[in-house]
Amino acid sequence: MSFIKKPSVHHPKLPTNALGLNRRDYEGALSTLCAGCGHDSVSSAIIEACYNLSIPAHKLAKLSGIGCSSKTPTYFLNKSHGFNSVHGRMPSVATGANLANRDLVYLGVSGDGDTASIGLGQFCHIIRRRLNMLYVVDNNGTYGLTKGQFSATNDKNSKSKKGEDNPFESIDLAALAIQLGAGFVARSFSGDKDQLIPLMTAALKYRGFAFIDVVSPCVTFNNHSQSTKSYEYFREHNEALGYLDVIPETEEIKVNYKEGSSAQVQMHDGSKMILHKLDKSHNLYDRGNSIKILNDHQTKGSIVTGLIYLDKEERDLHDTINSNQKPLNILTEKDLCPGSKGLDYVNASFR
Amino acid sequence: MPMRPTDISDPEYFHKVVDCQWACPAHTPVPEYIRLIADGKYTDAYMINWESNVFPGILGRTCDRPCEPACRRVRVEDEPVAICRLKRVAADYKDDITDLIPKAPKKTNGKKIALLGAGPVSLAVARDLVPLGYECTAYERDHVPGGLMRTNIPSFRLPAEVLDEECNQIINMGLDVEYNYEVKSFKEFLKLDHDAVFIGTGAPKGKDLNLPGREEASKNIHIGIDFLASVAFEHVSKVGKKVIVLGGGNTAMDCCRTAVRLGGESVGVYVRSPQADMKASDWEIEEAEMENIPIFENHVPKKFLVKEGKLWGMLFEKVTAQYDENNKRKLIPTGEPLVTVECDDVLMAIGQDNAFEWIEKDIGIEFDEWDMPTVDKKTMQSTLPKVFFGGDAAWGPENIITAVAHAHEVAISIDLYCNNLDLIERPAPHVFLKSSKMGLHEWSYDNGYDEVNRLAVPHADLKSSLKDRKLEVELGYDEKMAFEEASRCLNCDAQTVFEESRCIECDACVDICPEDCINFIENDEEEALRLNLRVPALNLAEDLYVSDILPTARVMVKDEDLCLHCGLCAERCPTGAWDMQKFFYMGAQAKDGCSK
Ligand SMILES: Cc1cc2nc3c(=O)[nH]c(=O)nc-3n(C[C@H](O)[C@H](O)[C@H](O)COP(=O)(O)OP(=O)(O)OC[C@H]3O[C@@H](n4cnc5c(N)ncnc54)[C@H](O)[C@@H]3O)c2cc1C
Ligand SMILES: Cc1ncc(C[n+]2csc(CCOP(=O)(O)OP(=O)(O)O)c2C)c(N)n1
Ligand code: SF4
Ligand code: SF4
Ligand code: SF4
Ligand SMILES: [Mg+2]
Repeated sequence: MSFIKKPSVHHPKLPTNALGLNRRDYEGALSTLCAGCGHDSVSSAIIEACYNLSIPAHKLAKLSGIGCSSKTPTYFLNKSHGFNSVHGRMPSVATGANLANRDLVYLGVSGDGDTASIGLGQFCHIIRRRLNMLYVVDNNGTYGLTKGQFSATNDKNSKSKKGEDNPFESIDLAALAIQLGAGFVARSFSGDKDQLIPLMTAALKYRGFAFIDVVSPCVTFNNHSQSTKSYEYFREHNEALGYLDVIPETEEIKVNYKEGSSAQVQMHDGSKMILHKLDKSHNLYDRGNSIKILNDHQTKGSIVTGLIYLDKEERDLHDTINSNQKPLNILTEKDLCPGSKGLDYVNASFR
Repeated sequence: MPMRPTDISDPEYFHKVVDCQWACPAHTPVPEYIRLIADGKYTDAYMINWESNVFPGILGRTCDRPCEPACRRVRVEDEPVAICRLKRVAADYKDDITDLIPKAPKKTNGKKIALLGAGPVSLAVARDLVPLGYECTAYERDHVPGGLMRTNIPSFRLPAEVLDEECNQIINMGLDVEYNYEVKSFKEFLKLDHDAVFIGTGAPKGKDLNLPGREEASKNIHIGIDFLASVAFEHVSKVGKKVIVLGGGNTAMDCCRTAVRLGGESVGVYVRSPQADMKASDWEIEEAEMENIPIFENHVPKKFLVKEGKLWGMLFEKVTAQYDENNKRKLIPTGEPLVTVECDDVLMAIGQDNAFEWIEKDIGIEFDEWDMPTVDKKTMQSTLPKVFFGGDAAWGPENIITAVAHAHEVAISIDLYCNNLDLIERPAPHVFLKSSKMGLHEWSYDNGYDEVNRLAVPHADLKSSLKDRKLEVELGYDEKMAFEEASRCLNCDAQTVFEESRCIECDACVDICPEDCINFIENDEEEALRLNLRVPALNLAEDLYVSDILPTARVMVKDEDLCLHCGLCAERCPTGAWDMQKFFYMGAQAKDGCSK
């Protein structure tokens, strides 16, 4: 961490978005994480994605649990709504908030400990419900905040910094998300913003449950030579399925893409996702196939990144339960009061 | 061709990053002295200045300050650090420095050096040579030293005590001055048989304007620099009530401000060009405006109006400026009727020329078609090997700091020449680069960014100022203001040094950098690379710092342009791949007779 305040001045030629804001306007307080922590890069990618999408700060809610990763919402979008919940309980708070106000963008940031250990139950159910949100896991394979215990995503047979073996199977959060019905599932790396920022941008737009598992090295406890979540190990074992470009509805497609190796996906709001596939055989619309790819690479000892699974039908919890179109906080008495006739009818139904 | 890794062992690479120092003709270590001021170490701050620019008290009041427009703070937030006025702070608050000034050695080296003129350039040459044992004598036309600093820079900008102090410092080192000695024949002078002769006689001739009526009205038409000299020597103590000043340079500003102090009630400056094109420094124009002196732009003088042998006014033609595609200006008459302006006196401040009629043309010094000597840009040597030129005498009117820069080169050349050494093989600057790391987040400089705006220097009360031409207008910063202003300096000499072998490419430095300086990117040709950065690097005057190839096949590219030297990159880097290293640079001087 640093002790001086990050200077408020910025490059005078910094570009601005549709709201006239620059990237720096989406920052938060100065991070207190260890220097070089992958989580800070993830925060920076979030800042970039929100800037790209010209999201007004008051239209976004950031939610988290407990952990270094869960601290990070303090370090971006300091003018947005925020809720730092108890350990592993971010999904239930997110569900409540989302049901009350469907008009906000929901961004959850959690850790592998927060999600795959104490919060695993909540995680599973929020996926099943397809809550409209982006759920990011800063996955460092360790409990960073409590000083480096193995987490449930840590690979079997990898070692701790002190040389102890991890004898347990690891949980693949991306595979779990696909299996339980998430609509947008990706894996990426904190050190590859070219891949991560477009993924975040698309995921924030996606209606339904979007999940990104971001391998995010812990420089202090899990970046040693026997770790499988270190900068070096990741770079050596990364196999990218592809890269994305997100083109807003209002813009023409200017990026070059080769037919055959690329695919174009129309999103619910009219914008387009262009997928530059590196692995042509990958059919990302097929749950079984996507889970198989994850398994195959894991067996091989490589880490697969990119957009892994996509359900082109964007559907969320509100669609499923057919809830009111308006957020609760703007419903008026007229919307809420059924009138005496209606009330009689309701009462009668309980007799 | 992709860019080559930056060679940071070349001292000029980091020197250029210190924008102010790079722009200073004498390469004063600006951030170093500003830190010393913030620390209250005024004497040390003064001595660093004295070593490099010789006249800190004078320059702290009068320098043309090319460092300020170059200051990085201008690009970051508009207003430069008040580098010049901080220099004055060092001079104002220093202790007695008599013992810190070197003296001539007891035994001289027997070499006799003549310095023609005792203006800043000659004094500075002597400053460098006297401590080395050279027997230096200055031959000066006037009865006092200082040159134009004495005769032309008005006392309300430069009090005589400040000037005396810094001239005497040098004279007391062991410089002989022959006053009231005008060299009228150089051929004769050379017979005195000095080992080397330096010509520092300035550009002493004010330009004249030969318009109708000039001759008849000559009693009330004055050449600006002669007028200022007469005022300085107290030959003139008043002017007419209505005064026209012709010209748009700094001399015109000094003339008009002097005129209002000598009884001028209606003083106006008339400039041929638009005000925006005036040669005077912005701050000089501001000072004149603060004294309510009007400036009339686009007025071309046509005629002096004379009645019964006495000047009563001037005739001007109004023009507009037109610029062609090469931005060359043409002044086109507007066709309006000529403007008559009444006046009692006219001061002409339209430029200065050199005057070398006293140098015979057959003694081996080559002159060009404009009657200027041929002088080597680097060695300052003329075509007569033992004769050197510098200051305004070399290439026409400049300023004091340029004269000082020339003087260091002249002294080096004379020292080499007197030792029969090659003048081309010049000594190297003094440079060091060392880590400023003191702890995990602690540096030997204050790396925080201070959001303070530039502090205005307090002025004496206007009414009293206009009554007394010797009353200094600027009062200077007090110590508290000096501290605040000093804190605005970004410490551009705290260099970001990158060690590629340590970098794990975690992006932490990229994310934290407030100015988006740092990039990890595929290498390319410079032009393309500049455009591909996070924020395109369009200021071509500032370099790109490029690393060797990294494990991901990319390179680190840092745009030096807007770096705040805040050290956040180094604080954030988990592996110490970035370090903030203090860079020190002191230009070479003749055998460093004056360095500590
Ligand atoms: C009105 C005015 C205001 C200025 N204000 C500033 C300012 O604020 N800041 C700044 O940096 N610069 C200023 N300048 C410019 C600056 O004064 C000169 O650039 C500088 O003094 C040049 O130094 P020099 O030693 O080369 O020559 P000079 O200062 O001109 O000194 C030359 C000396 O040689 C003597 N001399 C000349 N001929 C002979 C001879 N034949 N024999 C013997 N002696 C001789 C002269 O008497 C004089 O003393 C100003 C100039 C003018 C005219
Ligand atoms: C109910 C409860 N149990 C245990 C803890 C202790 N605790 C704090 S953070 C943490 C693990 C965090 O790990 P992870 O989510 O991976 O975050 P990281 O710090 O690695 O980013 C634990 C076990 C707690 N705060 N609350
Ligand atoms: S900020 Fe300080 S060091 Fe940098 S250019 Fe300005 S005065 Fe010089
Ligand atoms: S010192 Fe480092 S972090 Fe600060 S502006 Fe310069 S490059 Fe950026
Ligand atoms: S913070 Fe250090 S290790 Fe990380 S990318 Fe920057 S220089 Fe490299
Ligand atoms: Mg963790």
